[in-house]
Amino acid sequence: MTISRPTRIVLRVLTVLILAVVYVPLLLVLVNSFNLNKTFAWPPKEFTLEWWRRAAESQGALDALWVSVRVGLAATVVALVLGTMIAFALQRFDFYGRDTVSLLVILPIALPGIVTGIALNNAFRTLFGWQLGFVTIVIAHATFCIVTVFNNVIARLRRTGVQLEQASADLGASGFTTFRLVTFPLIRSALLAGTLLTFALSFDEIIVTTFTAGASVQTLPIWIFNNLFRPNQAPIVNVVAAALIVFSVIPVWLAQRLSGDAESLGAGR
Amino acid sequence: MKKLSMAASLAALALLAACGTSGGSGGSADQAAGTGGFTPPNLKKLDKLGTGEGKLSVLAWPGYAEDGSNDPKVDWVTPFEKQTGCQVTVKTFGTSDEAVTLMKTGQYDVVSASGDASLRLIAGGQVEPVNTDLIPNYADIYPFLKNRPWNSVQGQMYGVPHGYGANLLMWRTDKVKPAPTSWGAVFDPNSPYKGAVTAYDSPIYIADAAMYLMATKPDLGIKNPYALDDKQFNAAVDLLKSQKTLISEYWSDYLKEVQAFTSGNSVIGTTWQVIANVASGEKVPVQVTVPTEGVTGWSDTWMVSATSKNKNCAYLWMNHIISPEANAAVAEYFGESPANGKACAKTADKNHCATYHAGDAAYAEKIWYWTTPIEQCLDGRTDVKCTDYSKWTQAWTQIKG
Amino acid sequence: MSTLHRHPKARLGLLLGPPMLWLGVAYLGALAALFVTALWTQNGFTGLIERQWTLDSFRTLFTVDVYRTIALRTIGVAALVTVIDALVAFPIALYMAKVARPGLRRFLLVAVLMPLWASYLVKAYAWRGMFSEGGLVSSAFEAVGLKSPGYGLTATVVTLAYLWLPYMILPIYAGLERLPDSLLEASADLGGRSLQTLRRIILPTVVPFVVAGSIFTFSLTLGDYIAVRIVGGTNQLLGNVVYDNVGSANNLPFAAAVATVPVVVMLGYLAVVRRTGAMESL
Repeated sequence: MTISRPTRIVLRVLTVLILAVVYVPLLLVLVNSFNLNKTFAWPPKEFTLEWWRRAAESQGALDALWVSVRVGLAATVVALVLGTMIAFALQRFDFYGRDTVSLLVILPIALPGIVTGIALNNAFRTLFGWQLGFVTIVIAHATFCIVTVFNNVIARLRRTGVQLEQASADLGASGFTTFRLVTFPLIRSALLAGTLLTFALSFDEIIVTTFTAGASVQTLPIWIFNNLFRPNQAPIVNVVAAALIVFSVIPVWLAQRLSGDAESLGAGR
Repeated sequence: MKKLSMAASLAALALLAACGTSGGSGGSADQAAGTGGFTPPNLKKLDKLGTGEGKLSVLAWPGYAEDGSNDPKVDWVTPFEKQTGCQVTVKTFGTSDEAVTLMKTGQYDVVSASGDASLRLIAGGQVEPVNTDLIPNYADIYPFLKNRPWNSVQGQMYGVPHGYGANLLMWRTDKVKPAPTSWGAVFDPNSPYKGAVTAYDSPIYIADAAMYLMATKPDLGIKNPYALDDKQFNAAVDLLKSQKTLISEYWSDYLKEVQAFTSGNSVIGTTWQVIANVASGEKVPVQVTVPTEGVTGWSDTWMVSATSKNKNCAYLWMNHIISPEANAAVAEYFGESPANGKACAKTADKNHCATYHAGDAAYAEKIWYWTTPIEQCLDGRTDVKCTDYSKWTQAWTQIKG
Repeated sequence: MSTLHRHPKARLGLLLGPPMLWLGVAYLGALAALFVTALWTQNGFTGLIERQWTLDSFRTLFTVDVYRTIALRTIGVAALVTVIDALVAFPIALYMAKVARPGLRRFLLVAVLMPLWASYLVKAYAWRGMFSEGGLVSSAFEAVGLKSPGYGLTATVVTLAYLWLPYMILPIYAGLERLPDSLLEASADLGGRSLQTLRRIILPTVVPFVVAGSIFTFSLTLGDYIAVRIVGGTNQLLGNVVYDNVGSANNLPFAAAVATVPVVVMLGYLAVVRRTGAMESL
């Protein structure tokens, strides 16, 4: 017994309480998605399935969902590539300016979203003269997602060391082959964990997206933002949120199974 | 050494950035605009109406461009789309300031601008003059809405009038007794509704305080709530600072106000008629009134973006929205007076125009329409400088604390 | 490819090049451009930026009282949120890492992570509903005879603490999981009771991870302007001042000047944090 029984009981009670508090608002959202009253008056007096029906038909929501998925995938790919590159550079090499680089990687996520948002907005519109749209959102998301991949990969690299790669080189494999057959399988689960976290980050991001999305493109959070203020749309937003909560079990559980250890999950947001 | 090279590279970056960011001053709006006293950028108006481009991006007050997604029976966008082939996307905003910011992105084709946004848009070159000959329904607009200081410069119209209305006082009939008749109900420091009052979250609300002072402190000499010299301005700001202790929350999006009145977090405050209508539709017991001291309000204009690529659709939209059927539908849904006299015959409620004093030039004159305050006093005084909108904005942050 | 073997610097260059271009030049450049704007002015009427060098924005920021009040209020809220999250996250992370069976642990991890997928806005609005008159929180308070806090700073702190909680639980859990059980057993063998073990072994180990989580709770709160508008009543935080000046007030220079405050605070915080070694645990 490393932790005494009374302590365990206290911890168990606390955990249950905390989880209860965490889930009450989510249950509220779920209940409200059946609430007949459009302004979420509490307690709900009449129930209906009308909102779920309308949500299934809502073209706006489905389009926004699809945009969010595409943005997430694109940003994840970019973040994967760049994050892995930096992780390798910092872990395998010792050079002047290492600390600065690691600070730089963290900066987009350590600085408040609104600062990143208006800086990028200003740069896109006035420095480069670009139209805000899908590409600008992907650029913005990838920038603050790099750190998530970086953290996962560098943690894994720290633990695996270079012996296997050196052995492979000794045995005559070219650099590329070594990467393909030795290194990549080692970091694969870290990459996967990084992917899932990055996607989650990008999927629910609202602040930076507001400043880099422009008028023509709506990610799901932007759609939610625009429709929470419209009397007849607000209940549909609730349904979308409730659906998200329910369906999110799948990727989260998947992340858990695939990564296997907490370190890859515990890194970053 | 490390620090030096970092500093050097940062300096280089800054230099690069300094060259890149846009600058320059637009028009000759440095001498802040007076009514017609500034030179707007030289932009051409459309001279011929062509075929629709197939799409249109509309920036509107909530309730102005309904496409059936809020209430399937409230829709004047779909008929427009069917008629002209211009597919419409609508974005709404909560305050005129938001509207100006959004228009600066250049991504919207038309905007419904209130008087406190229209001149800023004209001066900034975001909107261009409108060729009213290309808009058949313009002829039926009430004459007293044409060529006004907020929608025209030196005789050239910059948009088509949409309608006008007032900021009213709303209260929960079951929680506020007796029915209030004066703005004192929201300004009185001893108000029994302390902590449950709401007010509009925009610096332009300072004009409402000034308007109240016009009646309660006549020795301040306020003649126009948008023309405040330093002394008058400070008096209005002090009134608002003392009001803050009564406020539950400031509102800028109307669903939040509806929610607040539904739950009872707010029981009295400024509102638009459409908000009262939505609340009543949700069975919340509310009433509105025009208090004795008067009201501020809006007189809105549909304007065309100077950088729009869909100007034909834009003109078709403007003609559609002031057509009798559409204008009547908007006016009834939002709760304002239409701009087209022929709309009065088309409203479902036959008394609508009477209730909203449509066509009543004398009544229309009594509303203090939202206007951008500028240094040059709008009431004609030349011996003092009036506070301009940037001062109002800074003061607003201080009022909220 | 073998040429690269002989030139490690070239390999490094290839690896670092693209990311540094992205982060170093593009991102830093954007930040620099923004902060340079703080030294210019913007015509209040037309909204066009005028490149006249001036320190007016910073002068206003430092001399007008309200901005100092708001900055201090924001930092206070951020600190409070961080402390609350640390206190709440610790027991549940400890339970998950050291007490729960592996199957239960996996379930708990999923349970803790799922709220991250529920939309931020919807969660904030759910709290708005709970804090409103007649909402869950108000009813609970009234049932005990207390006055409900309603919308305001309390509601803001609670909502923000709720929103950022998973970001604090994860690092602490990761850190505790790494703590070898043998250490705890050794402590018990040496006669330490649970509380002593907690104080002398667990807490010191966990500190860098709490700090790592605090970077997120702190920075997320410093820049937040949405949640406070939903549940904050009449309050405004630094994020609101920045947002209002970028948008409604048409005063990008001033917004940039105000934005330097959270940036300076975070950079200072990061510098301090580096000393504690928490950066490694991010």
